[in-house]
Amino acid sequence: MNGNNVIQILFYLTVLLLTVKPLGIYMAQVYEGKPSLLSIWFGSFERALYRISGVKFEASMTWKEYAGAVMLFNILGIMAVYAIQRMQAFLPLNPLALPAVSPDSSFNTAVSFASNTNWQGYGGESTMSYFTQMLALTVQNFVSAATGMVVLVALIRGFVQKQTKTIGNFWVDLTRSTLYILIPLSLVMALVLVSQGTPQTFASSVKVTLVQPMKDASGKPAPEQLIALGPVASQIAIKQLGTNGGGFFNANSGHPFENPTPLSNFLEMLAILWIPAALCYTFGVMVQDRRQGWALLAAMLIIFIPCLLWSAQIEQQGNPLLTSLGVDQKPAAFQPGGNMEGKEARFGIVSSSIWSIATSAASNGSVNSMQDSFLPLGGMLPLWLIQLGEVIFGGVGSGLYGMIAFVIIAVFIAGLMIGRTPEYLGKKIEAYEMKMAALVALIPHIFILIPTALAVLLPAGKAGILNPGPHGFSEILYAFSSASGNNGSAFAGLSANTPFYNIALGLAMFFCRYWLIIPMLAVAGSLSAKKIVPVSSGTLPTHTPLFVFFLAMVVLIVGALTFFPALALGPIVEHLMLAGGNLR
Amino acid sequence: MKSNPKISSLFDPAILRPAVREAFQKLDPRHQFKNPVMFVVLVGSLLTTGLYLQALIGPGEASAGFILAITLWLWFTLLFANFSEAMAEGRGKAQAANLRRTRKDTPAKKLLKPVFGSGHTIVSATDLRKADVVLVEAGDIIPMDAEVIEGIASVDESAITGESAPVIRESGGDRSAVTGGTRVLSDWLVVRVTANPGETFLDHMIAMVEGAKRQKTPNEIALGILLVVFTIIFLLVTVTLLPFSLFSAQTAGHGLVVSVTVLVALLVCLIPTTIGGLLPAIGIAGMDRMIQANVIATSGRAVEAAGDVDVLLLDKTGTITLGNRQAVAFIPAQGINLSVLADAAQLSCLTDETPEGRSIVILEKQNYGIRDRRIHDLQVRFVPFSAQTKMSGVDLSGGRQIRKGAVESIENQVKKLGGAFPGDLQSVIETIAKSGGTPLAVCENNRVLGVIQLKDIVKGGIKERFAQLRRMGIKTVMITGDNPLTAASIAAEAGMDDFLAQATPEAKLKLIREMQSGGRLVAMTGDGTNDAPALAQADVAVAMHTGTQAAKEAGNMVDLDSNPTKLIEVVEIGKQLLMTRGSLTTFSIANDVSKYFAIIPAAFAGTYPALKALNIMRLATPESAILSAVIFNALIIIVLIPLSLFGVPYRPMPANRLLRDNLLIYGLGGMITPFIGIKLIDMILGLLHLT
Repeated sequence: MNGNNVIQILFYLTVLLLTVKPLGIYMAQVYEGKPSLLSIWFGSFERALYRISGVKFEASMTWKEYAGAVMLFNILGIMAVYAIQRMQAFLPLNPLALPAVSPDSSFNTAVSFASNTNWQGYGGESTMSYFTQMLALTVQNFVSAATGMVVLVALIRGFVQKQTKTIGNFWVDLTRSTLYILIPLSLVMALVLVSQGTPQTFASSVKVTLVQPMKDASGKPAPEQLIALGPVASQIAIKQLGTNGGGFFNANSGHPFENPTPLSNFLEMLAILWIPAALCYTFGVMVQDRRQGWALLAAMLIIFIPCLLWSAQIEQQGNPLLTSLGVDQKPAAFQPGGNMEGKEARFGIVSSSIWSIATSAASNGSVNSMQDSFLPLGGMLPLWLIQLGEVIFGGVGSGLYGMIAFVIIAVFIAGLMIGRTPEYLGKKIEAYEMKMAALVALIPHIFILIPTALAVLLPAGKAGILNPGPHGFSEILYAFSSASGNNGSAFAGLSANTPFYNIALGLAMFFCRYWLIIPMLAVAGSLSAKKIVPVSSGTLPTHTPLFVFFLAMVVLIVGALTFFPALALGPIVEHLMLAGGNLR
Repeated sequence: MKSNPKISSLFDPAILRPAVREAFQKLDPRHQFKNPVMFVVLVGSLLTTGLYLQALIGPGEASAGFILAITLWLWFTLLFANFSEAMAEGRGKAQAANLRRTRKDTPAKKLLKPVFGSGHTIVSATDLRKADVVLVEAGDIIPMDAEVIEGIASVDESAITGESAPVIRESGGDRSAVTGGTRVLSDWLVVRVTANPGETFLDHMIAMVEGAKRQKTPNEIALGILLVVFTIIFLLVTVTLLPFSLFSAQTAGHGLVVSVTVLVALLVCLIPTTIGGLLPAIGIAGMDRMIQANVIATSGRAVEAAGDVDVLLLDKTGTITLGNRQAVAFIPAQGINLSVLADAAQLSCLTDETPEGRSIVILEKQNYGIRDRRIHDLQVRFVPFSAQTKMSGVDLSGGRQIRKGAVESIENQVKKLGGAFPGDLQSVIETIAKSGGTPLAVCENNRVLGVIQLKDIVKGGIKERFAQLRRMGIKTVMITGDNPLTAASIAAEAGMDDFLAQATPEAKLKLIREMQSGGRLVAMTGDGTNDAPALAQADVAVAMHTGTQAAKEAGNMVDLDSNPTKLIEVVEIGKQLLMTRGSLTTFSIANDVSKYFAIIPAAFAGTYPALKALNIMRLATPESAILSAVIFNALIIIVLIPLSLFGVPYRPMPANRLLRDNLLIYGLGGMITPFIGIKLIDMILGLLHLT
């Protein structure tokens, strides 16, 4: 790795960490219902919304009521997105007169966007009308992110409150997340992107004459090209901020309209981790011990940073097969060096590495380079980060509540090791919490391993594989990891827009989202009803470097032990074969 | 615990031999099903046994010898786990047998009327029921748990407590409870039976050590959930490896699909068999350690809760201070003759069976030469001490009412009768209180006669014990009926964190409730009947064996040695129990890393030769690699049996350091040890040409 790489990585991390605190404090204000500039301006609008919709905003809900509201809202969302896709031919804002989307693809996309996954089995510009993009997909981009955040907030209340039955009001939390956090941030972000050249228009595609005429796939000369346009900036902003990742265009943030300049690239990379990282700080503020928030962020960083450095290192070294052929892959004034296959020449090695690690750590799933073309280990890192359960930053809200499930497991083991019934933030961790935390850790593993096994057994699954050998296996493993982790990025190289994959991936996304939300809300309810145990010298402190390290180890060990055999048969063996110069 | 027959040798053949037999009996699937981790091993063993038979009679999926070797070691894994449980149970059973020997069917002298001297019939002890009244005389064995209602006697309780020195049992007060199976050495007692056959103390104790009534504790249940989750994860991993391997062999175009035997071997190596196998033994051994410490717990839950205690409430008397307060001086009020005060004091103490009352009588005899009077010669009515009035005394003929008690109570009494508390005594009282003594006022009608000075002597070494508790994170609170000044002085001398002075049963109860609502877990030791409500409210309540029946019934533990600081040991045992489980869980999971490096290259190098690079231990052959991992996995259970029986040692230190130390030993150690162990086993297998 060269000095330039290190500076870019350091700059990225520094800016990220500097912005964590202000946003974290602001979000805590919003959720604690304290007045802020925006709530003063829009407070009457917020209350008007409750009046119109008949929400009793003073009423706090039990965890079951809360979970019921979450499920009702999300299932209605899935049905709406499905319906809009199926009927888009009859709806306005469809300048290309695109037909209805197929039932299985519509189902997949509906679940995908409602579950904050944004797995895209379709090409956006050639499948979805502007109406669908805006009213189905972008709306879900906002509310699916808000859903993750409100579940986290309900869980935090479980830690803060004592001997109460309720955990807050879902509708109020949802409205505030959207109105005071996601919309303002996205608005600013979208305007900046527009300033960088991202389109925001209802105009149809533009037909241009090619300067250098080319031939199409069938060999016929193709003198003209259609350049897709649309309301892009508004969708990209929330796609990055809300860890959604579903691009307007098929090429996602590798597309020059989604990501026109180095500045837009930097801001989009920053936006991937911004809210998930700041929520750690929000957590610290709300539990009234900021060290606890920093501790969780630190546990994420000590996994994230080595992955980042390692990825940049691997990609910068380049392909050993090409090295052995005498190809110069060293960085120089006129070339970035390293493995540039599948990467945008505009972004180079490090930006691609940061993006691929951040997007997989944070369950975002947007890409600015093609992960399928990374070297085997460079591709394994994002895959493995997803498999860790999307808790290293993870989705907005969902990453942190997933991490708290691991905290519960970690304090349980640590508590036993010091001879004390485990407690976290003064709340005793007992069999019920363990059961729920264990579900959260277990369910994604089930939906990664079993569908992958089915896919490699069934002809319908094997039909989608475009690459032979271990790489083909990695592609399937990646697809189900991405769906189960609600990440949404693709390894590509897999034809996944088939009924088999659409339905299997759709189910994986659905269960791994909602089957985790419900147990976490149950934990919130159970914790809320408990007393707070005062701290004594026998209490295990959970903000110390030792505990941070231990927590990171628990996440790593669970992830490593579960996926080592599968990774050994995919990227690891591919890497060993590549290093040995023998691909068979 | 001094002379109880202890079983400390691990290799006592009397325990080993039946344990080996039971290890086989416990292979019963109905027994294994209770332990999900080991049940998976049982299913795996049955599966590979079937595969071995298939390989014998036809073409098998691997060489019959290899399948046999794996199968045998899988069965050994099960047997070793069963053996550890049988060992722990065996140790408990041996103790139960010792106890049972004391429970002979003894004849009992059932009294016709509950008075000494009324006629009696001889009945069998098993025919006695609650509330029957029995006479026991010198040389008799007390037939059943009972309460003394008349008489005083020395009793040999060594059968229960192991303490060979006889103890005094008498009616009234806090030493009235007697235990079935103990022997009266001198004098006689009239006792009222307090338990039906099968419900006695001895029965509880036997059931406890035998583990017959052992229920899972909350932490055990939570750990069970975690272990089941790990088992499910590894079940998923190994089951899905079969299709993954099938696909890999297809796409690579060469190589064999991994055999089911290897997958079962991998599964058994990965699931937490070490902790899963040793878990029952750890629990049983924990109870066993309690018995060894001479504490009988009514449930494992109480033992576990002891490890979490935040606050410890200790009765001052007999716990913090040596035995009882002793009267050291009489200080008359102005204008009162010393002999008047002494005479009144003696009168008020004649029926006072409390140690303080007696010490007053003794002081008078020694220093003031007042002789014993015959109670029956006087026309008196006795007013016994009550926790509410905090006074006792006598009403004499001629309207003389003599009372002695706490200064406040006497002051109230005197004021009620129109008198006043003499000012000159106030400074005397303050001086006494400041020096850690207790002033006891004496009055006759509305006239205060003077003060008796009682002195407490703090036990030697108690301060160090409290410092140790503080290091464990436990706050100590002294409970006393004394006034705040006295209490503060003694609490400071003993190094306690806090005190509750002038404690009534209601005040104690209130204090415990307040602490509990603040989220604290409260432990308390007590012996008296007036402690019973507080004991019932406390989370961990240790009643003294010498205490009253009411106290014992309210507590969830009974200390046979009646040593109030025993709670420190109880806390340690509770913590040890959790630490042993936690450490072995960590060890078990950390072990898995090395097993992957042994088994994955061995299982898949046939398909992808490049995977041989993962064989970092350089194990000789794929077969020996897999077999070595399985053998290590089985042997580690045997190796860790002593640790599971004796527990991970607990040292009082801050939680963070404790975690660091145990993580280094059982986490890092658990990661490294199997690399060495598996390599060694592989080398031995190579030397023996077994693979």
